[in-house]
Amino acid sequence: MNRQFKILYKTSIIILAILATLLIGSVILITIDAEIFRTYLVILTEPLKTKIQFTEVLIRAIPLSIIALGITVAYRAGIINIGAEGQMAIGILTSTAAALAFYNVPRPFNIIIIVLAGALGGGIWGFIPGILKAKLKVSELLSTVMLNYIAAQVYTFFLRGPMIDPAELTLGSGTPQSMRLEKSVWLERLIKGTRLHTGIFIVILLAILIYVLLWKTSFGYKLRAAGASSKAAKYGGIKVAFFITISMVISGAFAGIAGGVEVIGVHHRAIEGITGGYGFSGLVVALFGGLHPAGILPASFFFGLLLVGADMTQRIVGVPANMVQVLEGIIILVIVSAQQVMNDKYLMDKIWKKINTKEAN
Amino acid sequence: MDFVFNILALGIPFSVALLLASLGEMFNQRSGIFNLGCEGIMAMGAFIGILVPYAAGHGGPTPEIFNLFGILAGALVGALLGLVFGLVVITFKAKQGIAGIGMQLFCVGTAGTLFRHFVGGTQSVPGIGNLDIPILSEIPILGSILFSHNILVYIAFLFVPISAYILFKTPWGLRVRAVGTYPRAADSLGINVNRVRFQALAVGGALAGLAGAYLSLCQAKMFSDEMIAGRGFIAVALVYFGHWSPVKIMWGALLFSLAQSFQLAIQGQGINFPYEFAVMLPYVLVILTLAFSRDKKKQAPAALGIPFDREKRI
Repeated sequence: MNRQFKILYKTSIIILAILATLLIGSVILITIDAEIFRTYLVILTEPLKTKIQFTEVLIRAIPLSIIALGITVAYRAGIINIGAEGQMAIGILTSTAAALAFYNVPRPFNIIIIVLAGALGGGIWGFIPGILKAKLKVSELLSTVMLNYIAAQVYTFFLRGPMIDPAELTLGSGTPQSMRLEKSVWLERLIKGTRLHTGIFIVILLAILIYVLLWKTSFGYKLRAAGASSKAAKYGGIKVAFFITISMVISGAFAGIAGGVEVIGVHHRAIEGITGGYGFSGLVVALFGGLHPAGILPASFFFGLLLVGADMTQRIVGVPANMVQVLEGIIILVIVSAQQVMNDKYLMDKIWKKINTKEAN
Repeated sequence: MDFVFNILALGIPFSVALLLASLGEMFNQRSGIFNLGCEGIMAMGAFIGILVPYAAGHGGPTPEIFNLFGILAGALVGALLGLVFGLVVITFKAKQGIAGIGMQLFCVGTAGTLFRHFVGGTQSVPGIGNLDIPILSEIPILGSILFSHNILVYIAFLFVPISAYILFKTPWGLRVRAVGTYPRAADSLGINVNRVRFQALAVGGALAGLAGAYLSLCQAKMFSDEMIAGRGFIAVALVYFGHWSPVKIMWGALLFSLAQSFQLAIQGQGINFPYEFAVMLPYVLVILTLAFSRDKKKQAPAALGIPFDREKRI
């Protein structure tokens, strides 16, 4: 097998994977009588046409990338964290509470406190499945999903009860939302007339942090070793249980930070529906970005584009916004299939031999 | 008294969707496949189940028979989706946990997309009514708890002994258990491992689809995006809880549905207890049982989650 063949083999699988994604998506689009080409075109280009829409893409990309960075840490330690949705919700609660309490602390420090509070809330919510997995071998896939449903209830409980805006009670409308945050804790707007905020710098900071942590420290090396082969790592003296727990804490903390940044950057109060699907989308972003910060940043932009684009297809071509979930599902299925086929040396060998015998004849 | 009665009377119909889906998941896992897409397949089953009678009646009243077609169509689509999952995890050998999440997103998204196109807003259907079993349903108290449900409830509980029989007493059941425990040995005896796994996935998918159709046609009598509400994931957890055996799974399903009806009963009684904490009860229960049911590793099918490749050396 030569190098050229290997590259050819891998690129053809990537091309096949992209075609498969578009094809399966098209089958759904045909079923609902939509124009296939136009739908894809609207999703991919329409949000780039105006300044407002373009910044909306970036706004969606901010929480997506923070969550995906966190999920990467867990994934590299061998854990699939599908609980980012719940961890984000708890992070929103804790950071909102911090923002209400510490609004008059001088400027950079109050932001730091709020972000750390979000990390604390999300981290606790990530610690639960982490320790359950490490000590009691509870499947993180099931525990994180359950914690998502629990977090959703905790979230509405706080927004309806202890944290409800007093004005809602006096007005009697009872909308479950917190008090509006003081202007002193809002993140600055980057471009006038849009909602794009300075949270984007936090993303870059966190991406660098994760890169250094995972690839430039012995902590990161051990964490990745625990995920790549837990038995070998244990034999090598790495405390696998510790790295499983701590990676889930970091993963949850990042989801919590995403929630906090979303509150002080975009909504300026805790309202219902902030988390809306970011947890699963973040997982897709992490996988699509190759579980590496350098891939996650562009991937989060791409999925921000999909999310904004999907909202627009409803209006322009009559395709429900749920279509983005369909595409996310297909992308996961195609990526995990393609990865396996791509690294299947037996299959590669088989095809190589077939081609060579043909040439010999 | 009324309080306890309400809990029991609601608990049995609530358990049906969980029971059907986790019996299906049991077949998947016994053959060595961990299918987390169960939640999604249920969503598709729920949508298809309601689509058939809705489309047949053009919004008007539909003959009862179309409800039956809806249920069958839900099971059929579930079986097909089980095979699609098989393509990903058996043919392409993708990692099963993450592939299941992909399957779940794909199915939930597709159900939502198609629902908005073909049905539109919230539409309730007459669905399937209760079938009182003559004489037995007239027994005071017990009669209405046990013998006054719709037909699928009885069928679901019949599936418990049926699946136990299939799994432990038929050649196919033996093959399923063999490919899930030691596929290489099964292969050496001429069993086509991957074919048996595909078959088990089809059976599991059909049961999940049926569970979904039950939810939409018999329980909610409508469809919405969030109607499955994690029942697919709970069903997967129940398989662990029930140690991969039909009867224990049934007890698990009853326990969880009683937790759910207990929660509703509390709300109905106007007891001063935060509603949100009542709703989270079943989910907390899942985590607790997963954490504290002992020896769960010992009884799991040995080849669970491992793809089979007959050409590969171990």
